[in-house]
Amino acid sequence: MRQRSLVILTSVLTTGALTLTACGSRDDKGDSSGGDSGTVLTIGVSAPLSGENSTTGLGIQYGAQIAIDDANSKKLVEGVTFKIKALDDKAQPGIGQQNATALTGDKSVVGAVGPLNSGVAQSMLQVFASANMVQVSPSNTNPELTMGKNWQTAPKRPYKTYFRTATTDALQGGFAADYAFNGLKKKKVFVVDDKQTYGAGLAKLFNEAFTKLGGKVAGTDHVNTGDKDFGSLATKIKNSGADMVYYGGQYDESALITKQLKDTGVKIPLFGGDGMFASTYIEAAGTASEGDLATAIGVPVDTLPAAKTFVETYKSKGYKGDYGAYGAYSYDATTAIINAVKAVKEANGGKLPTGEDLRSKVVDAVQKTDFEGISGKVSFDEFGDTTNKQLTVYQVVKGEWKAVKTGTYDPS
Amino acid sequence: MNTLPQQLANGLLLGSMYGLIAIGYTMVYGIVQLINFAHGEIFMTGGFGALTVYLALPSGTSMWALVPLMLIGGGLVAVLIAVGAERFAYRPLRGAPRLAPLITAIGLSLALQEVVRNFYPQADKARAFPGLDATHDLGSVTIKDADIFLVLAAVVCMASLAFFVRRSRTGRAMQATAQDPDTAQLMGIDTNRIIVIAFAIGGFFAAVAAVAFGLKYGSIDYRMGFLMGLKAFTAAVLGGIGNIYGAMLGGIVLGIAETLASAYIDGIPGMQQLGGQSWANVWAFCLLILVLLFRPQGLLGERVADRA
Repeated sequence: MRQRSLVILTSVLTTGALTLTACGSRDDKGDSSGGDSGTVLTIGVSAPLSGENSTTGLGIQYGAQIAIDDANSKKLVEGVTFKIKALDDKAQPGIGQQNATALTGDKSVVGAVGPLNSGVAQSMLQVFASANMVQVSPSNTNPELTMGKNWQTAPKRPYKTYFRTATTDALQGGFAADYAFNGLKKKKVFVVDDKQTYGAGLAKLFNEAFTKLGGKVAGTDHVNTGDKDFGSLATKIKNSGADMVYYGGQYDESALITKQLKDTGVKIPLFGGDGMFASTYIEAAGTASEGDLATAIGVPVDTLPAAKTFVETYKSKGYKGDYGAYGAYSYDATTAIINAVKAVKEANGGKLPTGEDLRSKVVDAVQKTDFEGISGKVSFDEFGDTTNKQLTVYQVVKGEWKAVKTGTYDPS
Repeated sequence: MNTLPQQLANGLLLGSMYGLIAIGYTMVYGIVQLINFAHGEIFMTGGFGALTVYLALPSGTSMWALVPLMLIGGGLVAVLIAVGAERFAYRPLRGAPRLAPLITAIGLSLALQEVVRNFYPQADKARAFPGLDATHDLGSVTIKDADIFLVLAAVVCMASLAFFVRRSRTGRAMQATAQDPDTAQLMGIDTNRIIVIAFAIGGFFAAVAAVAFGLKYGSIDYRMGFLMGLKAFTAAVLGGIGNIYGAMLGGIVLGIAETLASAYIDGIPGMQQLGGQSWANVWAFCLLILVLLFRPQGLLGERVADRA
């Protein structure tokens, strides 16, 4: 029902956008004779802006917004004004695909930032690849997206239009396992996931790395997203004698799991991935979240000197959502696209190519990205993965996420 | 450690919550043959009504004062919305084909969700709810205060409803309306009033379930009504839609079936792939299909809605 109204809305938006760009291109012609000023390029954003995962999703939207505002005020690309077009994908692959279609159909869109969820990204990849439009995700961590189905044995890049500023679960799962086994001295872990691309993938990688280190898996289970009652699962975990729970998934479910687990009287921590690294997790689980852990990509935003202005801007503008998890990565992803536009313009003798040509040249330019972003150095390897492979373990201490260990992980 | 008593307790608790919500479905169906799909959202608004009361009261208020006030606040909101829905959405369609009120109900359900999401402060994510978290060990079963509240609430609600329907004048008028609304009207019963009362009782019970939900799980969100509503509707059908005792029984059977399926099926050799939490719903609905195959009228039949 809601999806249908979204289709209508999307088509209305697309039609509107197409009409507008039609006007825009006429204006551009007039302008280009007068010295190529005032070209408006759009950067699309697709992320969950309402409902599930929206805390982190809004962080992506506003991270991109701040990058665009900065680029415009600093006139990063002479004669080009950037604007944002943020679409809500509700963390659903189907809607993500519609958004991708809407963005590629809008002629003013030069590239896209997002989505938040790996599962949503999967449904968008082909659309962007066909349109030859660059997509930079600040948060997708599933290794298959850049290295293909057989990424462990024969990595092969499926889509050359896809990049990400987040490091992958291949490192995140192992990093968590290493910290659990060597840092926390946990020997027996119960592994739960939510069956989604991201959650199941991460839980599997954690499981493999943890058993390789010599740890034991006390049991595994899967949950449905949207479930509320985990009483039965909590009893199972209690009975398994596990000394830690690892959860692959988002905070919506893990907050309920940790609460219901601790209500059974078991005081063992729940460890998760970047999907549950959000303030909402602590708000929803209350004191039950104390001592729980999560890995997140990169180094803590608040400790990055380059991100200081970003954090201040985010707070002073009163933007909703949480910049902590991906805001800075979204900023850098957006800046990478903007820098690519700049490079393309310069290589073309100061004139901006149009249409298809611009999009495909931007893809090539993003591949060559190399600059100091606010989250660290931003550049991409031959798969489109970031070369910045820093990860951080956070723990809930007195109702707040505190960074406890930052480092990288060597899977070999 | 034997986990069976604990798992049965888990199932009983979950089932009591389903049962409390299911009563709203079953009473309305019993009297006007309408499946009120917006009932899950009435449950949700009851939760937000209770949360509003909690936020309005000074922090540090004793739970002994807080919980009754939240019940009143949540109940008031849920009853108002349920009665308003009846008056403005369903009553104008009383004579319309059955499909029209059904679609109205689905539309109302979406509308209520979106209203809460857009207009309740920060309702686009889970909102923290006060908890009753002190735990008690009874042998091999661990329960907490919120669980005790839930069971007590379910028992008190059921007992008073049974007493009301059987003994009071209005209750008997309700049974009469369920049997034959036209004749009941000829006998001088104000059927419109009876229908409003059915909606109000259903709404209040849903609010009680919502308060129990918040106290037990520690958070509420605007989407919580969808799945809970669906499960409660299943419970109502399982127990025999139209029958208020059936709703409670259906809820408890469904809750226990889900919990046991989640807990034990993956322990059966060869069934690992079909067990665990994520398959609990599948087994619960299998049970529903089986019951409907062999007893299409549900476990306790359609006693209240016994129409020729």
